[in-house]
Amino acid sequence: MDAVLSQYIDPYFLRIILIIGINIILALGLNLITGVTGQLSMGHAGFMSLGAYTSAILTMNYGVAFPTALLGGSLVAALFGFFIGLPTLRLQGDYLAMVTIGFAEIIRVFFLNFEPGGKAVGLSGIPQETTFLTVWGLVAVAVFLNARLLSSRTGRAFYAIREDEIAAESCGVNTTRLKVTAFVLGSFLGGLGGGLYAHYMFYIDPQVFNFTKSIELLNMVVLGGMGSIPGTILGAVLLTILPELLRVVAEYRLMFYGALLVILMIFRPNGLLGDVRIYDLKKRWGLGKNK
Amino acid sequence: MFWQQLLNGITLGSSYALIALGYTMVYGIVQLINFAHGEIYMFGAFAGLFLVTVVGLPIGWALLGAMAFCMLLGVVVERVAYRPLRGKSSRLSALISAIGVSIFLSTLMVIIAGTNPRNYPDIIKISNYQLGAVQFSSLQIIILIISAILMIGLELMVRRSRIGKAMRACSQDIEAAALMGINVNRVISFTFAVGSALAAAGGVMVAIYYNALWPYMGTMAGMKAFCAAVLGGIGSIPGAMVGGISLGIMEIMGVAYLSSSYKDAIAFAILILVLIIRPQGLLGQKIVKKV
Repeated sequence: MDAVLSQYIDPYFLRIILIIGINIILALGLNLITGVTGQLSMGHAGFMSLGAYTSAILTMNYGVAFPTALLGGSLVAALFGFFIGLPTLRLQGDYLAMVTIGFAEIIRVFFLNFEPGGKAVGLSGIPQETTFLTVWGLVAVAVFLNARLLSSRTGRAFYAIREDEIAAESCGVNTTRLKVTAFVLGSFLGGLGGGLYAHYMFYIDPQVFNFTKSIELLNMVVLGGMGSIPGTILGAVLLTILPELLRVVAEYRLMFYGALLVILMIFRPNGLLGDVRIYDLKKRWGLGKNK
Repeated sequence: MFWQQLLNGITLGSSYALIALGYTMVYGIVQLINFAHGEIYMFGAFAGLFLVTVVGLPIGWALLGAMAFCMLLGVVVERVAYRPLRGKSSRLSALISAIGVSIFLSTLMVIIAGTNPRNYPDIIKISNYQLGAVQFSSLQIIILIISAILMIGLELMVRRSRIGKAMRACSQDIEAAALMGINVNRVISFTFAVGSALAAAGGVMVAIYYNALWPYMGTMAGMKAFCAAVLGGIGSIPGAMVGGISLGIMEIMGVAYLSSSYKDAIAFAILILVLIIRPQGLLGQKIVKKV
């Protein structure tokens, strides 16, 4: 498939399209935690690195098949998401943000000292198993499941927690369990994205998954629209393409990111497509059942 | 060995304490983690360097100049990025805006000064003294004395002066304070100015003590100082001092007796433990969640 595609599409564009797909998966995970449930997580790169390292070590050192390794990496990330989710029961917004940053930093320092992960040098020679079809197939599955989840009872409870936790609780929403659920699902997707990334780049090192990466992912969710699947996709697409266009002014890129966050928060705190659901788009385009 | 490490720890800790004070004062009044605070500390260090090398001021005046510059910077940041959001949008938006400012400022300094570490010229004659097994330099003594003067001055200002009374009123109940005729915006600007000046003093002293300053020095120092503020109990001024100094001691002891490769993880591990075991910190007050 990839060989066929690369005959028609420039390899550079193919690469960008693939990275867009990986970023969509990562951003959808973060959107579940931050956009939908309103629990600010600034350590998504930590989950990504867990997925990346676990799956890479599984395929390289233990000869595990790629899909199994990918699943393994995602599960490890989800497990850690569970452990990060647990203390959030006691923590409110800003504190949680600090814990997630702290967690991602600890993971990064851990991998810097992790012998099987090649320490600071990182891992290279990871088999390049991630293909166009795997990425976009998984994007489709992730988007579909996300959309189903968000229009379900659980999904609505997630939104309720974001809007007003105390009110949600008094309406019988088990906020504790749902917050942990959101974390586990979000970090699973983070790990999945990390695994795909590692098996596409065939090289990873701890610096790839630093604080800047977490902020980049957060930016995608915030720019596109907190809590909105189309918004998150738009954010991931824009923020993957923009840096490529801005490559000439690479050193100004981060400055632009920073200013973008401030301006967005002042003028459009819910992002470009804040809370636009797939359901709403269907209705607008006349595709839904109840026109 | 132990006493030597203790002295080094206190010196490092007093710089954390100076930065942590800014976090805790701002948090006490507007419940915002001022993420850009670490960058203001970094700007302070660079402003001092500029005043010493380019303008040619003696170091004492350069320290005051850097503090004055950062006062202004802190007020401008609050005016541009935080005030437009206050009262209108969620705390999540304010926090994201703060992250935006932080990224903007550190990249701005990269563009101005480049990423290579710089250092202050040898302007202070450092003499070393020996007291039993402990070796200390005149620089350490100066740093400790200046920190002590600043912290005592701050405590007196908050306890005794009119504006200090207004600050305490705002941190108790900002709306009630406004009803009592306190100009809340002015108090908040003043708080940012004072916090930034303290951070600038810390920045200049740390840059001289470690003989290095670079544009990203604020990110890690800022996060660690925030950990210190949480450790001491966020919102509490004595708490920030105690938290900063204990964090400095723990970090130096951790490096001396455990392992230096995990240096940066220690602060975050402490943060997570504190938040799980005693979220109100050492000297903080327990906040009851109310509707």
